[in-house]
Amino acid sequence: MKIHEYQGKEILRKFGVATPRGIPCFSVDEAVKAAETLGGKLWVVKAQIHAGGRGKGGGVKLARSLDEVRQHASSILGMRLVTHQTGPQGRIVRRLLIEEGSDIRKEYYVACLTDRATQKVAMMASSEGGMDIEEVAAKTPEKIIKVFIDPLDGISDAQALELARGIGVPEGSIPQAVDTFKKLYTCYMETDASLAEINPLILEGDGSIKALDAKFNFDDNALFRQPEIVAMRDLDEEDPDEIEASKYDLAYISLEGNIGCLVNGAGLAMATMDTIKLFGAEPANFLDVGGGASVEKVTAAFKIMLKNPKVKGILVNIFGGIMRCDTIATGIVTAAKEVHLSVPLVVRMKGTNEDLGKQILADSGLPIISADTMAEAATKIVAAVK
Amino acid sequence: MSILINKDTKVITQGITGKTGQFHTEKCLEYANGRNCFVAGVNPKKAGEKIFDIPIYATVKEAKEATGATVSVIYVPPAGAAEAIWEAVEADLDLVICITEGIPVRDMLIVRNKMKRKVAQGGKETLLLGPNCPGLITPDEIKIGIMPGHIHKKGRIGVVSRSGTLTYEAVAQLTELGLGQSSAVGIGGDPINGLKHLDVMKMFNDDPETDAVIMIGEIGGPDEAEAARWCKEHMKKPIVGFIAGVTAPPGKRMGHAGALISGGADTAEAKLAIMEECGFKITRDPSMLGKLMKSLL
Repeated sequence: MKIHEYQGKEILRKFGVATPRGIPCFSVDEAVKAAETLGGKLWVVKAQIHAGGRGKGGGVKLARSLDEVRQHASSILGMRLVTHQTGPQGRIVRRLLIEEGSDIRKEYYVACLTDRATQKVAMMASSEGGMDIEEVAAKTPEKIIKVFIDPLDGISDAQALELARGIGVPEGSIPQAVDTFKKLYTCYMETDASLAEINPLILEGDGSIKALDAKFNFDDNALFRQPEIVAMRDLDEEDPDEIEASKYDLAYISLEGNIGCLVNGAGLAMATMDTIKLFGAEPANFLDVGGGASVEKVTAAFKIMLKNPKVKGILVNIFGGIMRCDTIATGIVTAAKEVHLSVPLVVRMKGTNEDLGKQILADSGLPIISADTMAEAATKIVAAVK
Repeated sequence: MSILINKDTKVITQGITGKTGQFHTEKCLEYANGRNCFVAGVNPKKAGEKIFDIPIYATVKEAKEATGATVSVIYVPPAGAAEAIWEAVEADLDLVICITEGIPVRDMLIVRNKMKRKVAQGGKETLLLGPNCPGLITPDEIKIGIMPGHIHKKGRIGVVSRSGTLTYEAVAQLTELGLGQSSAVGIGGDPINGLKHLDVMKMFNDDPETDAVIMIGEIGGPDEAEAARWCKEHMKKPIVGFIAGVTAPPGKRMGHAGALISGGADTAEAKLAIMEECGFKITRDPSMLGKLMKSLL
């Protein structure tokens, strides 16, 4: 699960990490009022969407007067912000963060994430803040300092110091940098984050260290024990079809192609998408219906796939293991009738009571095309949509 | 022979009284020598009772002492599953198989580091398979987990995979072609897990009754590449390889918590390239896994 920058900063502040003062806003008037409340002579008007690259896309503007705050707020709020992370369709900006201006002397990068290879928490920092870290990693990997933290011990002073010195924090600011890294680690662990990134982390003219941005991802498996994080969820930022699918416990992701696919199991679902591509078309979605492909779940899955106007055909690939193919076939037939399925449907079923399942499909009176292998299924659905 | 488990393995089931635990325990009991293998269940609230004629104990330790079991399988719900793994490790079992899907990553991080520390301090090493895995099976001997037993056939091909149904797909193709399996192992789809492709490939390499291996991976993480590099130097047996997720977009979690492209070398294309370079026979068509294997023998 992702959250907005202003929410990320609220979390950082709660764990004692310094950030500029800021106020989230939903309207232009609120934005002007927020700037008045903050006071000062320099404000930053920042679009709040769940994607990076907002500055380059025109979603972050400096304002030197309340009039400028009003101007920028009205141009950004409601705009369709396109960044390298939003895709070409962009995102509508519905929230703003009005923040006091900062006196930036130097920009750093710091992030916490779980390292799969070492099974430790990795904290990485760089002197090259404000840039895309993947670019830094590709061009100047020596400028990224990494430490691996054993969660049984937590981050040590030595590790935090290694990071602070490694990225060239000036001597006088080292204690605050060390403190910031330690607090970031605590925050990462206690909130069940899967990514906590501050880019840039800034050194101000007076030597203080502040988080100028905040990006968090959270482990979906742990949300059950993080009610405060769940409360920050912004459904406007998520794909409505994916939200609908999650209500039925379906793992669904929209893609760009025109063949919908419904599969049980994540690995088999990806393999089915790959097979569709291998045989000359593109999948319209990833959809894992899970172990129990009940009539209710299959019906919901059909409805969600068919909401996508690009879908010209559907491929169902079910490995009937514990669940029998005849039960699944009945579910498919019922669901297809209920949604008045009008696009070609290829069904490939394998496993227990396979023949019985095929018979049910054949006897249904529906124009369902049957296939034995994944390759045959893909060939048939690709031919059917052409 | 086979890897990790055989007809004489004695198994404790943690979470045996829950809905999932009951359902799958019954299927495991029905499979091959299951009746003799599944000797104990654990539930502190139902100690002294029996289920499917299997005695229930309060703790893993007690179950082990009473029955001599060396392996446990876990169906405990996500919030308590990492604790259940640790209980089995503290009881010094040989192998723990965690079926549970949806365990918080932080819990797995902590339990994995506790397991490593125990070994570093001279304690007995307990192997962990999973979590979020279908388990493993040695056909005609024993099945521990949730895979459909009847698609398997005893034989000499090893199968290792991160995904459940994709493993069944490979197994069914082999069985249809008359190629049986020595063992089929699901290592699970989570980012922080126990046995990796590499560990299982080593076991298949050492198993005199395995002639060749199908290794199936997916996007996300370094495991397949690591295994491939080891195989290039050490593996004496032919390997068929497949990676799911060529069409998966970066930054999206594809069902499995660990199936997420997070930059560079963990895409399907990158992994396929490394595997091919390391001598695997790779296919991009998952319908060809069985046929490709047959052509190598």
